[in-house]
Amino acid sequence: MSGHKESILREPLITGQNITYSKITSDILLPVENKPNRAWWIGFIIALCGAMLWVFAVSYTFWFGIGSWGLNKTVGWAWDITGFVWWVGIGHAGTLISAVLLLFRQNWRNSINRSAEAMTIFAVICAATYVVSHMGRPWLAYWVLPLPNQFGSLWVNFNSPLVWDMFAISTYFSVSLLFWYTGLLPDIATIRDRATGLRRRIYSIFSFGWSGNVKTWQRFEAVSLILAGISTPLVLSVHTIVSMDFATSVIPGWHTTIFPPYFVAGAIFSGFAMVLTLLLVARKVLGLENYITMFHIESMNKIIILTGSIVGVAYLTEFFIAWYSGSEYEQYAFINRSTGPYWWAYWMMMTCNVISPQLLWFKKIRTNIAATWILSIVVNIGMWFERFVIIVTSLHRDYIPSSWAMFYPTWVDVSVFIGSIGLFFTLFLLFLRVLPSIAIAEVKLLLKSASEQAKLEQIKEGHLDKEQVAEYIGSLDKFDSVKQEEYAKI
Amino acid sequence: MSNIKYILGSFGDPDEMMHGIDKLQENNIKIHDVYTPMPIHGIEAKLGIKRSRLDVLAFFCGLTGTASAFALIYLTSVVDWRHNIGGKPALALPDFIPIMFELTVLFCAFSLVGAYYASTHLFPGRAPRVMDLRATDDRFIIAIDAKENAEHSVIDGLLKDAGALEVKYNERKYVSYE
Repeated sequence: MSGHKESILREPLITGQNITYSKITSDILLPVENKPNRAWWIGFIIALCGAMLWVFAVSYTFWFGIGSWGLNKTVGWAWDITGFVWWVGIGHAGTLISAVLLLFRQNWRNSINRSAEAMTIFAVICAATYVVSHMGRPWLAYWVLPLPNQFGSLWVNFNSPLVWDMFAISTYFSVSLLFWYTGLLPDIATIRDRATGLRRRIYSIFSFGWSGNVKTWQRFEAVSLILAGISTPLVLSVHTIVSMDFATSVIPGWHTTIFPPYFVAGAIFSGFAMVLTLLLVARKVLGLENYITMFHIESMNKIIILTGSIVGVAYLTEFFIAWYSGSEYEQYAFINRSTGPYWWAYWMMMTCNVISPQLLWFKKIRTNIAATWILSIVVNIGMWFERFVIIVTSLHRDYIPSSWAMFYPTWVDVSVFIGSIGLFFTLFLLFLRVLPSIAIAEVKLLLKSASEQAKLEQIKEGHLDKEQVAEYIGSLDKFDSVKQEEYAKI
Repeated sequence: MSNIKYILGSFGDPDEMMHGIDKLQENNIKIHDVYTPMPIHGIEAKLGIKRSRLDVLAFFCGLTGTASAFALIYLTSVVDWRHNIGGKPALALPDFIPIMFELTVLFCAFSLVGAYYASTHLFPGRAPRVMDLRATDDRFIIAIDAKENAEHSVIDGLLKDAGALEVKYNERKYVSYE
């Protein structure tokens, strides 16, 4: 199996020469087995300040209540739910990479799935904290669980999408955690067997006694495949249900059947943007250019164009249907979105999500690291505005003009949001230090078939079609981690 | 020689290791187990590892989840405490589907992973039973029980012919832990 040769037409997934199994291990474990460098410390301290701001702002909210936010009687949901949906959406790319791409046998997922899944878990943690803090009385958060009436409330209303959401998010979080951790076991064992003393003991506990024998590996693959199979509909269901929090209500602007697919596409769109934001920095700082190659970056950018365009079509469809429905409330909601007092938020969303990602059609841009990184941040800004537009502009002009209002965030709103980003990066940076950021075992699988060196050997053997070789060498131009001189001779 | 418990063939390449397994089996030498840093396909057939039944278990546990979710919702909001919500029917099946689906996935995933950990003896704090510390890094290890197979020199020769970089004679079964 591992001995088969992959077509020369496929671009390499591991670049560089003289890559061996042990070099893969050492390269990936470099940040785990050594003291962190200055870049890590600077990032960590900034992120930690953000996380502390989050702790302060959330504690302030708990102490003084939701009144410390900018909500009013017309706009009852604003930055809190915007932040919640934004984070849940970001989380979706991790599951998409680990589950959907596994089902489709997209081998390029192997070097990005681990950090993307970690990102999923941290993003869902950020989202969940929003849910708890927006409850007003977070110490009664367990009331969302179906508890018997003796606990003081009635049974939860199972017809409510908010209850569905509780089930969806908690299932999503726990299943993602299982999937991620099971995948980590072989890599934790790798760290364990290279470590000594206390480190070995600690990693030994967390490795669950992994030995890598035949039966364990064979079952491991079966389990991964089944988990991927059930995570795929799960991830679709989660954002579908998040969208139903809005879509099943009768608020003009929310009450649309297009929401589930539109939210799912948006979630994948923002999630891949966040993966790029993180990995473009991580590959540089951690020196992982050979494993997260330009091919990976370009592939993710292609998914961003696709999902971004789906989102764009959804925006236009929504607008068209508002007009076509003949419902004046619906029509007003959309006219107000684009030309009312929040016009700037609407056009910010349109520019960042629909117009600027179209730049990625140009190969020069999607294979340029700086441009990709900036666009990935632009997408995340746009996706935040999308949720803000959906939530706030649909609410702020109620049916009676006397209850029209504007929403202005307070410093607490802003701090909770900035703080949640700090919390996310704190967790992510800690993850980079203690666990391998790339699935070591899965990358080793690619070495003999899909690496640059294996393909170079194939070329040197010389039984290949000349045109195909030329095309392959041409495709290597964009790679920043390939030494082009090697190919000049051929 | 009598203290030797296991003979380990340490390979640097998965294909050579597969070749080594073939060689040993052609000579009727029983392989205790094989330890690799990554999953190697086709090896389970050679070693006679049976197909996993975890999928069957996952399926039925998933169905249990579906049934449990339905039972929970039905017994609470239809039988125990019926709400009158705008005169709509209490048994609103479409509304039950999201939670039924989520619990299907939840039960399926937890039972699957739980059964996997149980069947392969993985749990937090378990002492790792490692025969060669490089088996999780860059070596592919074939382990042969030295007591059952007396002709050590034959095994040594076969392993080296197949491309083993090193043949080890372990006097302890597991080297990893004091």
